[in-house]
Amino acid sequence: MAEPVLEIANLAVAINGSGDRPYAVRGINLTVGANEIVCVVGESGSGKSVTAQAVMGLLPKNAMQVETGSMRLQGEELTTKSDVDLRALRGTRMAMVFQEPMTALNPVERVGDQIAEVLEVHTDLDPKARRERVLEMMRAVHLPDPEQMIDAYPHQLSGGQRQRIMIAAALVLDPALLIADEPTTALDVTTQAQILKLVKEMQGRKKTGVLFITHDFGVVSEIADRVVVMQMGRIVEQGPCEEVLRNPREDYTRMLLAAVPSMTPPKRSPVSGPVVLQTEKLFKTYGKRSLFQPRARIVNAVSDVSLTVRRGETLGIVGESGSGKSTVARCVARLVEATSGAIRIDDVDIASMKEAKFRPMRRRVQFIFQDPYRSLNPRRTVGEAIIEGPMNFGLGRKEALQRARDLMAVVHLSPDAIDRYPHQFSGGQRQRICIARALAMEPELLIGDEPVSALDVSVQDQVLKLLDEVRRRFDLAVLFITHDLRVAAQVCDRIAVMQRGFIVEQGTTSEVFAAPRHEYTRALFDAAPGRNREFFAAKAADMAAEAVVPGRPH
Amino acid sequence: MYGYLFRRLLGTIPVMLVVAVFIFLMLRLTPSDPAAIIAGDNATTEQVAQIRGQLGLNRPMIEQFFIWSGNVLSGDFGESFFFKKTVAALIGERIEPTLSLALFTILIAVLVAVPLGVLAAHRHGSWIDRIVMGFSVLGFSVPVFVVGYLLIYLFAIWLNWLPVQGYQRIAEGVGGWMQRLILPSLTLSVIYIALIARMTRTSVLEVLSEDYIRTARAKGQNERVVLFRHALRNAAVPIVTVIGLGVALLIGGVVVTESVFTIPGLGRLTVDAVLARDYPTIQAVILLFSFVYVMINLAVDMLYTLLDPRIRY
Amino acid sequence: MADVILDTPIAAAPVKPSAAFRNLARNPGIMFGGAVIAIVVLMGLLAPWLGTIDPTAISPIARNKIPGAEFFQRTDTGERIKMIALFGTDGLGRDIYSRVVYGARVSLLVGVSVALISVACGLLIGVLAGFFRIFDAIIMRIMDGLMAIPAILLAIAMVSLFRSSVLTVIIAITVPQIPGVVRLVRSIVLSVREEPYVEAAVTLGTSTPKLLWRHVLPNTFAPIIVQGTFICASAILIEAILSFLGIGVPPEVPTWGNIMAEGRQVFSLFPHNIIYPGVFLAMTILAVNVLGDGLRDTLDPKMAKRV
Repeated sequence: MAEPVLEIANLAVAINGSGDRPYAVRGINLTVGANEIVCVVGESGSGKSVTAQAVMGLLPKNAMQVETGSMRLQGEELTTKSDVDLRALRGTRMAMVFQEPMTALNPVERVGDQIAEVLEVHTDLDPKARRERVLEMMRAVHLPDPEQMIDAYPHQLSGGQRQRIMIAAALVLDPALLIADEPTTALDVTTQAQILKLVKEMQGRKKTGVLFITHDFGVVSEIADRVVVMQMGRIVEQGPCEEVLRNPREDYTRMLLAAVPSMTPPKRSPVSGPVVLQTEKLFKTYGKRSLFQPRARIVNAVSDVSLTVRRGETLGIVGESGSGKSTVARCVARLVEATSGAIRIDDVDIASMKEAKFRPMRRRVQFIFQDPYRSLNPRRTVGEAIIEGPMNFGLGRKEALQRARDLMAVVHLSPDAIDRYPHQFSGGQRQRICIARALAMEPELLIGDEPVSALDVSVQDQVLKLLDEVRRRFDLAVLFITHDLRVAAQVCDRIAVMQRGFIVEQGTTSEVFAAPRHEYTRALFDAAPGRNREFFAAKAADMAAEAVVPGRPH
Repeated sequence: MYGYLFRRLLGTIPVMLVVAVFIFLMLRLTPSDPAAIIAGDNATTEQVAQIRGQLGLNRPMIEQFFIWSGNVLSGDFGESFFFKKTVAALIGERIEPTLSLALFTILIAVLVAVPLGVLAAHRHGSWIDRIVMGFSVLGFSVPVFVVGYLLIYLFAIWLNWLPVQGYQRIAEGVGGWMQRLILPSLTLSVIYIALIARMTRTSVLEVLSEDYIRTARAKGQNERVVLFRHALRNAAVPIVTVIGLGVALLIGGVVVTESVFTIPGLGRLTVDAVLARDYPTIQAVILLFSFVYVMINLAVDMLYTLLDPRIRY
Repeated sequence: MADVILDTPIAAAPVKPSAAFRNLARNPGIMFGGAVIAIVVLMGLLAPWLGTIDPTAISPIARNKIPGAEFFQRTDTGERIKMIALFGTDGLGRDIYSRVVYGARVSLLVGVSVALISVACGLLIGVLAGFFRIFDAIIMRIMDGLMAIPAILLAIAMVSLFRSSVLTVIIAITVPQIPGVVRLVRSIVLSVREEPYVEAAVTLGTSTPKLLWRHVLPNTFAPIIVQGTFICASAILIEAILSFLGIGVPPEVPTWGNIMAEGRQVFSLFPHNIIYPGVFLAMTILAVNVLGDGLRDTLDPKMAKRV
């Protein structure tokens, strides 16, 4: 291979002030060749984004700086460049695409102008030539109707379209290096697949070297030529994609790979317990037209949703953002009021019950929220959080505290930790506390609204296992909301696929995964990253075998 | 857009109604009797009763309110107890100085404060930032009249550059008009500058941490363009908002400044009316100021659509 | 399957409440503001022992003395004693120094009572509006209306209604401050009730009063303390403005605004009548504002985004 596009040698980035570690990254050695996609994988805090920012010279000014090492772009040393020289390189020879297409574009400027800005800064093209070049680029990234869209504002575009704009702006001057920092993480799975395809296509067009940062091994398997695994600011392992995914040398890599849920559902026997939750023709609409707002928007968040969950069963609701899956969950927990339809808990319709009358029934329905950092009151100890519910239902403080201690053990936390405050726990631990808080109510139905999507993959795996464990142990009915098919495959007995408020397909997990009937479900499956990789299949077989081992410890 | 404007205009009706009811009740529930004030110290009970009848003060409260608001809507604010002419005429005479002072002040304040705020945000944590912030806290803390007297002492008495007090109508010469407006406007703009500079700094600082600023830098854009093209434009909505809300401070400041510089404007009129317990004038002036304040903030809301394409009505 | 491994070790001991106080003490704004306010408070409390004479005493022979002037005054017993007018005297021969020292009392009284009353009223009304939809529309219409009247103007109008007294002034300054507090509290309540931990408490069957008390109200305390501090500063300022305009506290009561009102007529000859009380007034308000900024930075960093 000729000279690499990017060559990082022994890079160390120091963090100013008192952090939990003095270096954000240390001892980083990696290269990106022309026409090569190198994926940097790691969990949060691994230093993968810092590495990218260091290359671009975009480290937060007063917080971090490059301490030692060298970074060469096409043989040119970057660490010794002045601000002005670096600025001249950004956009021309190296460019970057960010995670959040929603916030990475200037909301008050037309998207065409934002692509043209690169030309404005680095070329002498006149406005007309710039516009031509922008249109050409917009066509290249397959944006529909560029002549129209060039004058649109970011908020008028979908997330996927905005990311295409970002890619167009990054590649308009054909840089040698493209850095993509989790460019698909904020996108729905079908959009993600399209953007990944686009990145690959654009990369092949001009033989661009790509440094692609992600936390998702599924994405890695789709796109990477080579893989760099990072942990706590250091590189753990690197090598060709196939080799790392098939035969990881390091324990950490193996652990990460093992934690990726498989697309193949394990075998499950059908559940025949009594029906705990039944919804019938459930509707939820937002917005109301009135005399003063005759054109107010009406959104049908949930339309005609009928489903049942039995004791001991997990029903997964799968869908992309805006599908109405969370709204169903919130209706069932009476956090929002359904517009029409029935919600029966143990055959009692709670849909239009008065709050005062419903409150005694709240014990039976418990909820786990998505964001573990916001679902515990930061001012109250963990113990107080857990005993709040039981004490509302008349349990004495002493008994409630005893129950809290027992439940801490159930969720594998130290019972003595109940006097601590939430900020002293990690995200995964907090989610365990939330599970304990829910269990303290001795519920019949447990609703999880994306309970693991804010967690790193290794932690996610542990929390999923815990949820499955408590379902069995307490014979719970579980309503599990997720956007991630792989997660659904692992924990659900049955799944319902939602799109735009409707359930488009419902069936046992193995049926749906083996032979999806609805076209939307098939699209979701096709888009799931890493679905074709053998190593996942092999792992799934292991998992399935493990699942039927009798007498597993609780 | 026009539909929205119309709806917002409708929306100001309940606000102004609350203002009107409040002002009306406040002055009717006062322990002092307007009729007695008009009649003077030596009046007999019969004379007072007669005046009460003339003013309609012996009718039921609700009826009085409807008569009063009907009159107000047709531009009739009644007759001043003290100045012995219609309040409308009185306000007409006094509006020019106040308007001149307010516009001059806003102009100075915006021209000084916005660049200062942007500079402070750009040099976050530097000595420039600290000076701007220090000035802003000081500006909030030193009372308008203290600033006024300091400036008078410095520029009018000590240096003898500008006239001490008074006002000259614009019709009598633009030069004299401006000369006499400089000190009062400077005085009044201090608190306004403090407010706007502070908001500009906070707002720009917040925008500077946004992702799209990073994007602009990743494109190789230089800092000056990043600051003005990307940051200030996005920070504009809160800045404009605070300029609108600050009009309340400005109105309060006008009352004081006009007293310090003996400018015969609406602010001075307010104080004189209060000292003389001239209730029709007090009512009218407060109603007028509140109406102007509400309208300015409505205009600010309308301005949002120009500043931010996401805001559509 | 082995027992689940903890992803990270549980952090050590809980944070002690004293750490919060240490943070407060470390902020230079809080230290400076607090110190100046403490001095002004002490000055007000100890006024009679700080070498002052009766601040309302009129003395024809001591009129319009410049600062530091010495003169002789006859006491009731006919004795001639030498007096030094540290800050000079006003047109009625009253000692400015004594009036300034005693003036601290009224300023502080007005500032603190306005802050306390408006915060208490605003908290109550704001929580009602934020949590109970029925009240919300009506309360907020009234508050919008009140907010449409510029604060100083409303205060001026209100003092014109009653006989001038310190109480009248306090009420007149308090009423226009309430809508701001109501809006602040309401916005906090509205955003906090969307927090997952509040929703979690709902699913735990927690009753509404308990929900407010445990999960919602504590979130308002820090912003309310900060807001209260700023209200205190502007109350002191407005009191001075009202007195200066001659419509505040009765003129014989020594307040900083009254001293300056007295000094207006003779300002070009005797600027000390305005300068000394002006400096004390500005320093006090500055100290309260700086304290407020410091409190906001330590207690409620998010609030820095509001003005």
